[in-house]
Amino acid sequence: MGMPRRVYTYPSGMGWEPYNQLSTLGGVLLFFSVLIFVINVLVSLRRGMTAGDNPWDSGTLEWATTSPPKPYNFAFTPVVDSREPLWEHREVLPVMEGLSTAKREVLTTSPSEAEPISRQASPEPSIWPFLSAIATTIVLLGTIFSEWALVWGALPLGVVLTGWFWPTRPRAGGEAQ
Amino acid sequence: MKMRIVGDVSGLPDHEFGLKSIVWWGLLGFMAIESMGFVLAVGAYLYIRSINDSWPFPPDQPPMLLPGIITTILLLASEVLNRWTAHRARAYDERGVKLGVMGMIAAGVIIIVSRFFELPNLHTRWDVNAYGSVTWLLMFLHTLHIITDWADTGVLGGWLFTHKMEPTQYSEVYDNCGYWTFVVVSWLPIWALVYFAPRFM
Repeated sequence: MGMPRRVYTYPSGMGWEPYNQLSTLGGVLLFFSVLIFVINVLVSLRRGMTAGDNPWDSGTLEWATTSPPKPYNFAFTPVVDSREPLWEHREVLPVMEGLSTAKREVLTTSPSEAEPISRQASPEPSIWPFLSAIATTIVLLGTIFSEWALVWGALPLGVVLTGWFWPTRPRAGGEAQ
Repeated sequence: MKMRIVGDVSGLPDHEFGLKSIVWWGLLGFMAIESMGFVLAVGAYLYIRSINDSWPFPPDQPPMLLPGIITTILLLASEVLNRWTAHRARAYDERGVKLGVMGMIAAGVIIIVSRFFELPNLHTRWDVNAYGSVTWLLMFLHTLHIITDWADTGVLGGWLFTHKMEPTQYSEVYDNCGYWTFVVVSWLPIWALVYFAPRFM
């Protein structure tokens, strides 16, 4: 079994004709459905109604944000107390404040009850993950040519990983770094 | 949509331990991946054993027992200090944590030295036959874990002195101890296999 890739037809008499024909028919159907979609896009682009933030009156949280969404999605962390929070709170969404606006933080919660537990710091943008990816690539490519690449390649990898995890907290002396 | 502020999370801690810590869960996931690597290597070992009549392949001798026993004892002993360090981390004991981490770095050096007495006494080369290859695969995998955890304990330990200790550092040390436990525990089945399978299996 198994159809090799990029074969558009088979020699006749192999018994594949009905299946191939069915598959071709499916292709044609797909073409028309995509065509309708494209027409819909073009028509809506010219004279469609503007959809609001929650055009379907959906009950789940992703519809609480604006359309199009802000890059940060939510300025505050919404409080969810049912399966359809937007149906419970149709006008005003209850939210929590207190996550830092000066640095990146995410709220961690208990797994099932989702009670807030702590504010977990997230890393700031940095060049180190990219350098780590390059160092990893060099190690792996190197192993094609010599098994010792694993040993010597680990050194630059260790250096960039250490750079990545370098502490942002103040120096031990007391003065900020 | 309008919003109404009903609570404030700014008073929550910026770190947690164990089940409540997201980093701890990340570590658990990492250990699951690493364990799968060990399981695959053990599976390869058992498979190659099952399709060969003699183990090790003549004229190889089984690995010398003593270096392996010494490493195992050292690893188990280091686990006592390791657990103590984790305990001190949970108690936010700065002096205890610094002491424990320094002790673990020293213990790591001793264990790595002991490991390098094991390798020449495996009595086989990694490139000589399937027995040699799979034996070295297991030893290499575990040695890699010892060295990487020792290196990151070293870096982490250095930063305890060069940078200010904040509450999150205790959680970091606690997680680092958790990983060392994994290194110790994962050694036991590998030790059993590498040293005793060629004798009794």
